Amino acid sequence: MNNNIAEITHYRYRWLLCCLALLFTIMVASLCIGAKSLSIETLYNVLLGNEQGLPQTIILEGRLPRTLNGLFVGMALGTSGALIQAITRNPLADPGILGINLGASFAVAIAIVFLGATQFNDFFAYAAVGSLLTGLLVYFIGSMGPGKVDPLKLTLAGVAIGAVFAGLSSALTLFNPMAFDQVRFWSVGSLDIRTLSVPLFIAPVVVFSCLLAMTITPSLNAFSLGESLATTLGSKPIHIQLIALIIITLLCGAATAAAGPIGFVSLMMPHIARWMVGPDQRWTIPFSFILTPCLLLTSDIIGRVLVAGELRVSIVTAFIGAPILIYLVRRKEASSL
Amino acid sequence: MRSSRVAPFRANITQVMLVLFTLLLILSTLFYGKNIANNLHEVWSLVSNQADQYRSIVVWQWRASRLFSAFIIGAALGVSGAVFQSLVRNPLGSPDITGFNVGAFTGVLITIALLGNLYWFTVIGALLGGLFSALLVYLFAYRDGHSGFRLIIVGIAISATLSAFNQWLSLTVSLETALTAALWNAGSLNGMTWSRIMPISLLIILLLISAGFVNSRMKLLEMGDDSAASLGVSVNKTRLLIMLIGVSLTAVTTAITGPISFISLAAPQIARQFSESKQTSLFTSACAGALLLVSADFIAQHGWENSTLPVGLVTISLGGIYLIYLIIREGKK
Repeated sequence: MNNNIAEITHYRYRWLLCCLALLFTIMVASLCIGAKSLSIETLYNVLLGNEQGLPQTIILEGRLPRTLNGLFVGMALGTSGALIQAITRNPLADPGILGINLGASFAVAIAIVFLGATQFNDFFAYAAVGSLLTGLLVYFIGSMGPGKVDPLKLTLAGVAIGAVFAGLSSALTLFNPMAFDQVRFWSVGSLDIRTLSVPLFIAPVVVFSCLLAMTITPSLNAFSLGESLATTLGSKPIHIQLIALIIITLLCGAATAAAGPIGFVSLMMPHIARWMVGPDQRWTIPFSFILTPCLLLTSDIIGRVLVAGELRVSIVTAFIGAPILIYLVRRKEASSL
Repeated sequence: MRSSRVAPFRANITQVMLVLFTLLLILSTLFYGKNIANNLHEVWSLVSNQADQYRSIVVWQWRASRLFSAFIIGAALGVSGAVFQSLVRNPLGSPDITGFNVGAFTGVLITIALLGNLYWFTVIGALLGGLFSALLVYLFAYRDGHSGFRLIIVGIAISATLSAFNQWLSLTVSLETALTAALWNAGSLNGMTWSRIMPISLLIILLLISAGFVNSRMKLLEMGDDSAASLGVSVNKTRLLIMLIGVSLTAVTTAITGPISFISLAAPQIARQFSESKQTSLFTSACAGALLLVSADFIAQHGWENSTLPVGLVTISLGGIYLIYLIIREGKK
């Protein structure tokens, strides 16, 4: 029996190493591939500071911010998706379900229509504030009432609040063609920002939140057995939910601010992680946060080379991710929580 | 003992209030407005058909047909929501999981971009696009029958792909085309004349009746596939039938008005608040849906001074606010 558990753990560590190697390879590829391809040697020289000129500009001002952005946004999306599915006990939950993306969109719409924001970089702050406020509002409404946070109520609160924001932002933009034009570009989402300040700004938030998420995974396992059993096992469901929601809000806020509302990845990657390692949160969460950047960066690379004008990352992600998800759901028995 | 005697009485008061509210809503939808009827006498002259031609055309040709459309479409959306939530046993289930709305939007985007903005073209474009995506979901989710969960996941995957495609389309086409399509996508009852709604309402009523017929089998299916099968329900066939009815209801309504969001999601939840039983009743869902859409359309027409909002924007906000209120109220108990 013990031998068996050791074997499973061994198997999981091997997978973890493979995934880390994969992530590293993809990041290198993301730095090298693009409208102008660069060799690994050039990349090495640029990073050491030996090479000046065009390659340096391309890498340091174009691809490095983009790759780092993909890495951190991916980590944030994967972890927040896995956490949301764990605390709502609903395998369909994602930041969209909790209304957080829509809150960010609403904030951006307000910024464009009333506050005169025009630059992609201006939207960063508004999106961050919008998603944070929405997260708090959803938690506040979903947790009203005595004793405990009901996962179903939380989900419904998120859907309801998201719906109100979606309606309001369309009402704002449909009668304002200029704003509509800007929102339609923002709402597709993109990793392509030309400054290192955005990824470096969200990096500490994302890393800290992901580490915090790792510390509560044992309690999340207990939580998945149901509230009363979790209490019997010595964990405090309310505290866990509160911590998880704070983490989710921070992560979604960071991701949406840095890359726009990228949906779907945070829904599907936890499923793929569960199919690989089983429904043990101690493993699904790290796998989600390693695998999601892989998907995001791969999609970004493909989007760069596929057509001349570049396809946006979220569009490619959906086209790659959806077939994988369909294949997996047909192949095995579905992963419930 | 006492509480059991009081409870039905309270339910009756709610029902009476609802009926009164509905009547008030109907009257104000028909007659409210500066140049239509300023006092009860003028209302009576309209009802008894003694008013001048202009006003009776406004009331009986334009407003009444729109009111009727709101009722019938709202009921259809409410029922299709209830059907899907029962089918996938998930309160987040709605016809959207078949990807119908997203596919319909794809159809409309393509139609408007290629052929221009003509009403019946968009209807056909929406129908073809929506049915195509629903068919894709159905085929990909099939493996020795359908499980509710697989259906949802495949639906999400197909919707995500199509909506990515939609986003790409609306970035590529001109701003004007994108804006026209986005207006369609908001869902609106503008221009619902009798000649447009009549043929379709017959179809909707037929579908609603057939939903009533499979209702009892649907309730058995809610108990789980195995229990339903042991009670003599042929699970896969019933599920296909239920899905067909649900999808057709959504298809017909979406094709003529654009996707009026949130009603199919919220109506069954709201209906559950008013009925005593835990189960979702098709009839109360239909009523909730109809009432929701009629009140939303009233607000859409009169809420803003100079413009008529697409009703879909109002349903989504109004339904959302009401759902929030319900959640808060439940929390305070």
